[in-house]
Amino acid sequence: MDERERLEKIVARRWRIGALLTGAMMAAYFGFILLVALAKSTAGELLADGRVSVGIVLGAVVIVVAPVLTAVYVRWANRHYDPAVKQLRDLGDKK
Amino acid sequence: MIEESNATAIASFIGFVLITLGITYWAARRTRTSAEFFAAGGRVSALQNGLALAGDYMSAASFLGIAGMVARSGFDGLIYSVGWLVGWPVMTFLIAEPLRNLGKYTFADVVAYRLRQRPVRIAAAISTLAVVAMYLIAQMVGAGNLIHLLFGLHYHVAIVIVGAVMLAYVLFGGMIATTWVQIIKAALLLLGAAVLAVLVLAKFGMNPLELFGAVREKYGDAAFAPGKQVANRWDTISLGIALMFGTAGLPHILMRFYTVPDARTARRSVAYATSFIGFFYLVTFVLGFGASVLVGREAIVAVDKGGNMAAPLLANVLGGTAFLGVISAIAFATILAVVAGLTLSGAAALAHDVWGQVVRDGKITEREQLRVARIATVGLAVLAIALGAAFEGQNVAAIVGQAFAIAASANFPALLLSMTWRKLTTRGAAASMVIGTVTTLLLIVLCPTVWVDLLHNKEAVFPLANPGIITVPLAFVVAIAISLAWPEPASAKGFDGARERMHLGHAG
Repeated sequence: MDERERLEKIVARRWRIGALLTGAMMAAYFGFILLVALAKSTAGELLADGRVSVGIVLGAVVIVVAPVLTAVYVRWANRHYDPAVKQLRDLGDKK
Repeated sequence: MIEESNATAIASFIGFVLITLGITYWAARRTRTSAEFFAAGGRVSALQNGLALAGDYMSAASFLGIAGMVARSGFDGLIYSVGWLVGWPVMTFLIAEPLRNLGKYTFADVVAYRLRQRPVRIAAAISTLAVVAMYLIAQMVGAGNLIHLLFGLHYHVAIVIVGAVMLAYVLFGGMIATTWVQIIKAALLLLGAAVLAVLVLAKFGMNPLELFGAVREKYGDAAFAPGKQVANRWDTISLGIALMFGTAGLPHILMRFYTVPDARTARRSVAYATSFIGFFYLVTFVLGFGASVLVGREAIVAVDKGGNMAAPLLANVLGGTAFLGVISAIAFATILAVVAGLTLSGAAALAHDVWGQVVRDGKITEREQLRVARIATVGLAVLAIALGAAFEGQNVAAIVGQAFAIAASANFPALLLSMTWRKLTTRGAAASMVIGTVTTLLLIVLCPTVWVDLLHNKEAVFPLANPGIITVPLAFVVAIAISLAWPEPASAKGFDGARERMHLGHAG
């Protein structure tokens, strides 16, 4: 496999993972927004002896999801993307 | 009640200003080149930049505005807390690393990389200045009101003080001073909010559910469900789109990625920032609900109709006037820091994009670039003060939301397509940025908050307070349609080189 092909592969992989995680974040957030905008009574449904509602819990979940997805990406990039890029760059330097 | 606190508040604030001016003096001696002025020489660490990003982002609108909105209207305020965070992961996944590898000082460096410089730089400067001006209005109006309420100073005196102190930071200390002001401010804000939240929860057996239960007992089921703020469902969705994609188009946030040494550090710094900001918005749940139970909605609204004083009043109830003074000073420091970051990004657009690349065609000396940047800084400080004076009394949260709509429509589509789409052309990118800016501004003028509330017309021409749902897709369509209609082979050819550098970094 030549250098160009390997770069293509890693680059495509990074954008795919980025797009996938972006999709996950959008699904979580717009799911929450659509619930709030379209199903107001469901969002207001009470939980835990009436001390919290579905909407409040889901809002907190979306806030927690954001840094968790970010952490997933950073972990992947640090472990797999960076070494691959470094390898490619070293190859380029040798030439 | 507020007057009593004057002494502590003023002492804390003066303390903050003296320390930060000291740092500015130190930074000024290290600011000799444009790279130091605009990007702190690229020597900021991941944790430092994470805090600085959080500092740039957590404005008075988040601390005072959202806590106030939660206190006043319960669940509706929480919708904002959630929305302000969700753009951060998107920026991490799509923008941060390529931006760091491809650019130098501004996001226009990235868009213009393989396109013709002039049209792209001019378009990017227009959109940057539109976002910066809009955001400045929100911060300056917020600052004027806040200082008036907290310190009893006249509104105009307050905005002149903010403008002058901020000018000192940016003019002399550039990005190095601005970064440290952000770091200190973010640490103070996170710490102050956390202490306040612990004091609230201590009254409810450290159990948030007990606190929420008390809110429902006092204000009924309505506090837990979507209410008046989200009466128009399209408004809610439109604001959501602006917030989600606007973060990745904010020039003062994007500029921060140039202050770190490489893409890996940029990635780690944005992960830190997302965690800090997420933590902060979870805390606003506790602060807002805590204020509505412990201070009471009537008392909060009596001090300020917008509810912006909920957090300071809560501090007063829990820790007395001394704590109120400290929290007030932190809120003031917050505004000061955000205004400094905005001004610096505006100065970069004017000095680097317009003067350096368009007027001087990329052939500009260090000395001249720095001088132009400093002149631009002074001009922007004057503009900030003028905008603050002109828009006195406007709704701060709505204006910030509209600034996000401009960023999401004018900057984000062109930036994303320039990194991912081979066929993007100069015409497509420039048209997308200009049309994104102009249509967003136009729809903002025609929306209910401006056309009816400000200009006193009978009925709004455009029904939504935030135009994101129209303008973000429009900017994408414009960029794609024009690029396909008038192909630019040189740009498509340059894509491979851009992509190699975008992923492998400068050495590649």
